[in-house]
Amino acid sequence: MIEAATNTENVIEIKDLRIGFGDMQVLDGLTMELRKGENLVVLGKSGTGKSVLIKCIVRLLKADSGMINIMGDEVNSMKYEELEDVRRKIGFLFQSGALYDSMTVRQNLEFPLKRMKEKISDEEIQTKIKEALENVGLPDAIDKMPSELSGGMRKRISLARTIIVDPAIMLYDEPTTGLDPVTSHEISLLINDIQKKYKTSSIIITHDIECARTVANRLIMLQEGKVYKEGKLDEFENTDDALVNSYFQSNNSRNPKEL
Amino acid sequence: MKKPITKIKTYARRKTEGLTDETINRKNSFQKFLIDVADVFMFVATVFKNTFARGFEFKEFTKQCFQIGNKSLGLISVTGLIIGLVLTIQARPVLVDFGAVTMLPGMVTISIIREMGPVITALICAGKIGSSMGAEIGSMRVTEQIDAMEVSSANPIKFLIVPRILAATLMLPLLVLYADALGILGGWLAANIKGDVSFILFITQAFGDVEFGDLFPAIIKTFFFGLVIGMVGCYKGFNAGRGTESVGIAANSAVVMSSLLVIIVDLIAVQITDII
Ligand SMILES: Nc1ncnc2c1ncn2[C@@H]1O[C@H](COP(=O)(O)OP(=O)(O)OP(=O)(O)O)[C@@H](O)[C@H]1O
Ligand SMILES: [Mg+2]
Repeated sequence: MIEAATNTENVIEIKDLRIGFGDMQVLDGLTMELRKGENLVVLGKSGTGKSVLIKCIVRLLKADSGMINIMGDEVNSMKYEELEDVRRKIGFLFQSGALYDSMTVRQNLEFPLKRMKEKISDEEIQTKIKEALENVGLPDAIDKMPSELSGGMRKRISLARTIIVDPAIMLYDEPTTGLDPVTSHEISLLINDIQKKYKTSSIIITHDIECARTVANRLIMLQEGKVYKEGKLDEFENTDDALVNSYFQSNNSRNPKEL
Repeated sequence: MKKPITKIKTYARRKTEGLTDETINRKNSFQKFLIDVADVFMFVATVFKNTFARGFEFKEFTKQCFQIGNKSLGLISVTGLIIGLVLTIQARPVLVDFGAVTMLPGMVTISIIREMGPVITALICAGKIGSSMGAEIGSMRVTEQIDAMEVSSANPIKFLIVPRILAATLMLPLLVLYADALGILGGWLAANIKGDVSFILFITQAFGDVEFGDLFPAIIKTFFFGLVIGMVGCYKGFNAGRGTESVGIAANSAVVMSSLLVIIVDLIAVQITDII
């Protein structure tokens, strides 16, 4: 585990967030914050609305009520046209990767760069692409199509596409799910690298306790649309709470600290 | 189901009119169709606004033009030719009875240019282009690629939708002209089965009877056919639901709706030219 961030300024503040689909209330008065420079791990059962939460943050979904403040801007009530500036500050790693199937890796990475408000030169774009691919350890994949890549490679490429625009905030949706332990660990280390290198504040959704152990400065657990528990890693590992234990106990023997 | 933010306009309209998805499900299929059509136009209003926004995706536009032409050319060649053949073979005996065989080229040409060429080409394109747009954009929606574009603050409507609709609007008239030409060629071939007409004579006779009033409205309406096909294909794909089955639904309903709208636009066009 890396040093917890000392700065306590909040980059994201969420108050009383509610959203439902039809009869189903998914988020029901959720309140949380993301502090500057920290890696915040979000745990929770499948279907508790973790993906919905970060989609509300970038307003791919509009919450029914509540407040989402991102570096001073109120996102949930903001005009659609003004969203662009807020979204520029946020990198979003999709659970499914969401690489553009019809484009090569290079075109995938060019896509966000070429459509920024500030125009940058072609050489600069190519340098950035090379750098981003080297950061994720896949410089050779540059002219491949997404369909030619393995699941782990796709995850890395979409990570590269996300960090290439230097976001201040990163939202990772299950970055290690479906990967072997070695690759998972590499991705977790990559998340830490990104935190250090780009000084990002991140929300990491994961079911992978090893990943949580590697990246977390702080954790929250969602349950029934609210924050069920919030705290540091050791508070999650040494607790009597049955629900929290069900996540950590089964893996405790693999706790690196005990090995 | 909650609509993503890009769909908020149509969703908001439904909400203000008390048309939730449940009440829509209770409507009969004709009312549903009308609601769908209204949504398409709302969608188009958004698209239209984006057409003139900064940064036109010219590369994507030319790519789409090429794909539309490339995809449908073979099919349109065959049907165009056969339509010409069939029309001529069927009309000939009637004209012979009236002793008016010299009118054959003109009659065939006019019916190809005014009606058969545009409508049949448009219906083929509704099947071919409409379904592929619905499926392509639908699968991008389902696999979150459209969401990914949106969060990287690249406007998916500008990149995906505007070029496709413009390409369809521009390419359909060209494809229709091409189908017309092959239809007339087919007519000449058929005329040669029974009689012996030189190509030059056939063409002279054919276009001797064609007036500007035959050609012009026919071409104008093909732009609208293209617009309708592009619009519906993109709309259905863009508003695809969640889950892979939505891709099939999007493709299928794009074909159904655009075919139907092509026929309706044709009816309206006939009424308008009739008045003029
Ligand atoms: N656009 C949508 N329309 C309707 N229902 C939705 C939509 N998005 C999410 N849901 C529903 O909201 C609930 C929460 O979904 P979400 O994807 O946030 O779960 P999750 O916590 O990310 O689960 P997982 O760990 O499996 O990814 C699910 O029941 C899902 O069906
Ligand atoms: Mg999820």
